[in-house]
Amino acid sequence: MGFITIPSIPGHIYFYFFLNGLANTTCYFLLAAGLSLVFGLLGVFNFAQGSFFMIGAYFTYQLVHWTQNFWLCLFVSPFVVVIVGILVERYLIRYTYKININFQLLLTFGLILVIEDTIRLIWGVQWRTVEEADILKGIIPIFGGGYPVYNIFHTVMGISVFVALWLFLNKTKYGKIIVAAASDKELASSLGINVPRLYVFVFALGSWLAGLMGVLHGPLININLDMGHEYIMDAFAVVVLGGLGSITGAFVGSLIIGQIRAFGILYVPYFERIFMYVLMMVILIWRPRGLFGEKT
Amino acid sequence: MMLEVNDIHTYYGMSHILQGISLDLREGEVICLLGRNGAGKSTTIRSIMGFVHPASGSITYEGEDISRMEPFEICRRGIGYVPQERRIFPTLTVQDNLEVIERKTEGGWTVEKIFNTFPILEGLKNRTGRHLSGGEQQILAVARPLMTNPKLLLLDEPSEGLAPLIVKAIEELIHEIIKAGISVLLAEQNMRFAMRVAKRGYIIDKGMIHHQGSFEELKEDKEIIGKYLAV
Repeated sequence: MGFITIPSIPGHIYFYFFLNGLANTTCYFLLAAGLSLVFGLLGVFNFAQGSFFMIGAYFTYQLVHWTQNFWLCLFVSPFVVVIVGILVERYLIRYTYKININFQLLLTFGLILVIEDTIRLIWGVQWRTVEEADILKGIIPIFGGGYPVYNIFHTVMGISVFVALWLFLNKTKYGKIIVAAASDKELASSLGINVPRLYVFVFALGSWLAGLMGVLHGPLININLDMGHEYIMDAFAVVVLGGLGSITGAFVGSLIIGQIRAFGILYVPYFERIFMYVLMMVILIWRPRGLFGEKT
Repeated sequence: MMLEVNDIHTYYGMSHILQGISLDLREGEVICLLGRNGAGKSTTIRSIMGFVHPASGSITYEGEDISRMEPFEICRRGIGYVPQERRIFPTLTVQDNLEVIERKTEGGWTVEKIFNTFPILEGLKNRTGRHLSGGEQQILAVARPLMTNPKLLLLDEPSEGLAPLIVKAIEELIHEIIKAGISVLLAEQNMRFAMRVAKRGYIIDKGMIHHQGSFEELKEDKEIIGKYLAV
């Protein structure tokens, strides 16, 4: 049995795999953008970002269960995660800024365990599913075949969030303040910028992105207790590839890893995850700051 | 007094850097902290700006103790800071470097007013910080804190590492700032530069003030110059 399968498949199927890759991009980007933004300003690598995504997904399950309204979740669930994020930054992470970075890593790793166990207590160990809104069900015909409407919606949302974030950081005064403070916190503070308040805002924004991914990704997967740390590894590979602290890097990294995984499944289903990590290793050796990372 | 630093002791970790620094500055005055590399000039400025809090002693600005405040709170009370290494935000344009810190107040500094006062910056307004020359960065670094409408400006070695022609330009710039009614505390090791800008100075060495007085007297005192300032 060969590990590399060269299936004889019609051409339009490749296009579907390309679209699958784009759908992957959205989920990697939402997680990686939060990681990258938070690291860029706060210097904190928040391993619990994946657990924030999980809170978003479980809360969405609960809200859909109560209200049958997916659209409501799109607005409410990310804000629930924002509240959790603000509490975590304000009452836990803030105390680690001036001490050894190991404590930050331990703290955010510990948070994963606490959040997962809390979710286990509330929702138990069984898998949960979320149903998307009716209008997003079904397939649309492309190239004589069909492709799920929801995947298209998922992809468009991801790209829209990237464009909105890019415009926010590059074209608005508040976004530029974040960019300035990320490049020199101390100096930004001496020029009157309230950096601690900026920390809360950026951590909340990262949490919002994770929460949004929880809602958007819910209908595509079984919601379970392993989902948080599964995705955080992928997002980690994305930010290493794109460059920590860069939103464009997070997006391009997500595009590349999304396609690698989509076509990996097509050709090398046994080893598809390996390519992502090989690429990550190559980048770490060849260009440790990533494709779009700033020189330090 | 506008600023009164009273017997501050500042540590970096276990190192006792400032060992009882006192100085004062009246409104409208331009004073200089003179000393060699490592004498404690930057640490004094950094203590006033709130980057490092003194372990003891007090720093009073316009009657209020600021020695425990964060830099942004100190800035908002009217103290501007020009760092030693310029530290322009590298990915932002000249205009954005100014705009991100703009605090709109009536009659206050605006980007337009900065461009009118320092026309060289207007020509560079769309260039990003990392693409400026050292001299251009220094001009921006000196002009930038004006956007926060300071009443007192702390300048940490603005002439360091610059060509003589640029030093002259920076000197003129500082005179513009003084003319605008802003008090200045300058840290320098270049005595000639300091004397052209300030009237009165403090000589600092090993974290202590060893002499203070007008530059008129000081420039005659060869012993002090030889002991604390000659390289």
